[in-house]
Amino acid sequence: MSYHSNADLGGQTVRGAIVPEPEGELFHAPWEPRVMALVVAMGPTGLSNIDMNRAARETLPNYRDLGYYEIWLAALEKLLLQKGVLSDAPPAPKEVLRADLAAAAIRKSSNYSRSPAAPARYALKDRVRTVAAHPDHHTRLPAYARGKVGVVERVHGVHVFPDTNSQGLGESPQWLYTVAFDEKELWGAQEPKQHSTISVDAFEPYLEPA
Amino acid sequence: MSEHEHDSHSGHSHGDHSHADRPPRPASALETRVRALEVLLTEKGYIDPAALDVLIDAYQTKIGPRNGARVVARAWCDTEFRRRLLTDATAAIASMGFTGRQGEHMVAVENTPQVHNLVVCTLCSCYPWAVLGLPPTWYKSAPYRARAVKDPRGVLREFGVELPDTTHIRIWDSTAEVRYLVLPQRPSGTGHLNESELAKLVTRDSMIGTGLVGSATGLAGGATGLAGGAP
Repeated sequence: MSYHSNADLGGQTVRGAIVPEPEGELFHAPWEPRVMALVVAMGPTGLSNIDMNRAARETLPNYRDLGYYEIWLAALEKLLLQKGVLSDAPPAPKEVLRADLAAAAIRKSSNYSRSPAAPARYALKDRVRTVAAHPDHHTRLPAYARGKVGVVERVHGVHVFPDTNSQGLGESPQWLYTVAFDEKELWGAQEPKQHSTISVDAFEPYLEPA
Repeated sequence: MSEHEHDSHSGHSHGDHSHADRPPRPASALETRVRALEVLLTEKGYIDPAALDVLIDAYQTKIGPRNGARVVARAWCDTEFRRRLLTDATAAIASMGFTGRQGEHMVAVENTPQVHNLVVCTLCSCYPWAVLGLPPTWYKSAPYRARAVKDPRGVLREFGVELPDTTHIRIWDSTAEVRYLVLPQRPSGTGHLNESELAKLVTRDSMIGTGLVGSATGLAGGATGLAGGAP
């Protein structure tokens, strides 16, 4: 069965206006803040990680028909079932977020950087080509930036690798780079010209020398 | 489930402009479903429902774009802070007390007359919560995520921002755990304002790159690009 993300939207033709929204307008139904908080509060239980959550969301078959917090809700329900929360032997939470500690907990960072096990393969200004093939699992290289040549603009250190972390296969930390592309490389000769450069943050396995 | 969450998409369920083609869902059904889930997770010992109230209050009253606005205003007033922000944003922002989820690995990118920065997450809706709070609906919506990378000038026009061709647009697609904060240009004619007065001018959209500081004042500057909009 091949993996398909319904969330990879960059460069696609999508109908509809972009509707500006005032700063204070955070929720649009009373259940929305509860979903936001449920998802955040489930973090410390360790039942899933951020990459598993993203994978659960982007593979919802009706992703494109759902609102933001509906996606969160549906993915949370899906993961809870997968993890056996409703079974006779539900997994024990690693930790439960208590009300008295909640305010401090969200000020704490989940650091995704790790110590390098090997030197970085690429350096600033290196030309790199992104891999073209789509792997059969969650990944963070958008379709529009596959098989394209760009330039390394920043080196961010070594970070948790979503491709393995999302599958429960461990963090497998990898060097992370900002790779910048000229608009023509991504979209061909567009008229009118946008006069733009687009970058993605790409893990080392997404790149080859160009 | 863990961490800062950002997947999303075209908005909410109550039939707004972006899904006029879809029938609104009855809120009561969702309300019941969420309530049932909350009760279940409480009974199974995974959550403390009182903690949910604390989280909601924090994102409604404490963690929002006013934090980012203070960072920007300080960078405008304090050259040394600005330098630190542009070289190690995570540390500079943490020094103001704005730490935590979705702010773990920060990068600040500076607008100049030559370069305008725009931030998007085409794969979900990654957003710097620690400085900007929860993302607006449009940021999570399919139209913004689809177009920002390919038609940034069209997107900016939808926000009433028109940039000259001589201004290069630099788009940052947040595809990993690095979060981007745009340092907008300080409007001219604000030399007499102090840091907290300046912070009031800084809009959320200007820190994402879909707005310019000063452009919301209704002056002609709103449509004339980076040089405009000075109050």
